[in-house]
Amino acid sequence: MDMGILLSADNEVDFMIHGIFSYSFFGHQVWITTTHVCCLIVLLSLMLFGFLAGRKMKHADEVPEGFQNFIELIVELLDGMVDGTMGKNGANFRNYIGTIFIFILVSNLSGLLGLRPPTADYGTTLPLGLMTFTLIFFNKLKYQKVSGFIKGLCDPWVFWAPINVIGDIAVPISISLRLFANILSGTVMMALIYGLLSKIAIIWPAALHVYFDMFSGAIQTYVFCMLTMTYISDAMTTE
Amino acid sequence: MDFNTNFILGCSAIGAGLAVIAGIGPGVGQGIAAGYAANAVGRNPGAKSDITGTMLLGQAVAETTGLYGLLIAMILIFVKPLAK
Repeated sequence: MDMGILLSADNEVDFMIHGIFSYSFFGHQVWITTTHVCCLIVLLSLMLFGFLAGRKMKHADEVPEGFQNFIELIVELLDGMVDGTMGKNGANFRNYIGTIFIFILVSNLSGLLGLRPPTADYGTTLPLGLMTFTLIFFNKLKYQKVSGFIKGLCDPWVFWAPINVIGDIAVPISISLRLFANILSGTVMMALIYGLLSKIAIIWPAALHVYFDMFSGAIQTYVFCMLTMTYISDAMTTE
Repeated sequence: MDFNTNFILGCSAIGAGLAVIAGIGPGVGQGIAAGYAANAVGRNPGAKSDITGTMLLGQAVAETTGLYGLLIAMILIFVKPLAK
């Protein structure tokens, strides 16, 4: 502890991404990290859940109960959210938004189970942001055509185009950084509490878990999906 | 560690502290949003769930600038880009 609390954190507090093993990929050294492993655990459990849900729904009962009720509740909630935000265009995006919603939510909640949340790695959230960006760009070209796209770029004036381009590029960066920083701050906070206050961290950190992992994670999932939907339906509107 | 490295680390810590002052802005902004949301619920209690959803969305977006400050502070402390 001779270097002060924050710098001694390197020895005791552990929230960093760790490399598990590395291999050579066309001459580059590539690491398999804890993020990959946690992401794989999340994906496998979601796949198992999806497999069970699909098998259950194949032999669905007339009057749902138990597990079937739960599946229908999830699907109805997600469909209602997408339809409520995107209106008549919603039907095409139910699958995509539902998938990323469930993935991000389970990733954020996986901090409760002792995993390092995969979304606390910028390598996970940046692709999510880039997927949103691709969808925005694709739908803009599809619905507004090239002429509308160029018109939107030089919106008030022709020389405003660079600023509009920067504004477009900022979208994936800002939504991925928002998700990443929120989950990372929760992870860091819990690691600091368990690392530096380990003598007195007995039961009360549970309340902080409820806030940092559950509340913050759920809100950020909702916000990510809402913003994706808003941007996409914005790109779909034609004058 | 020699004097220069320690000096740079100390200055990085000061810089990280300054960077999280960015948290003031989102705090004020979220407070204003919550205040107006409470006002709106008072006027129209029936729309409470819609108002809460809109408020949380707006607050989460307003939080972004504070999070950028937090990220810079974390990079300064844990990645130590200046001490390399």
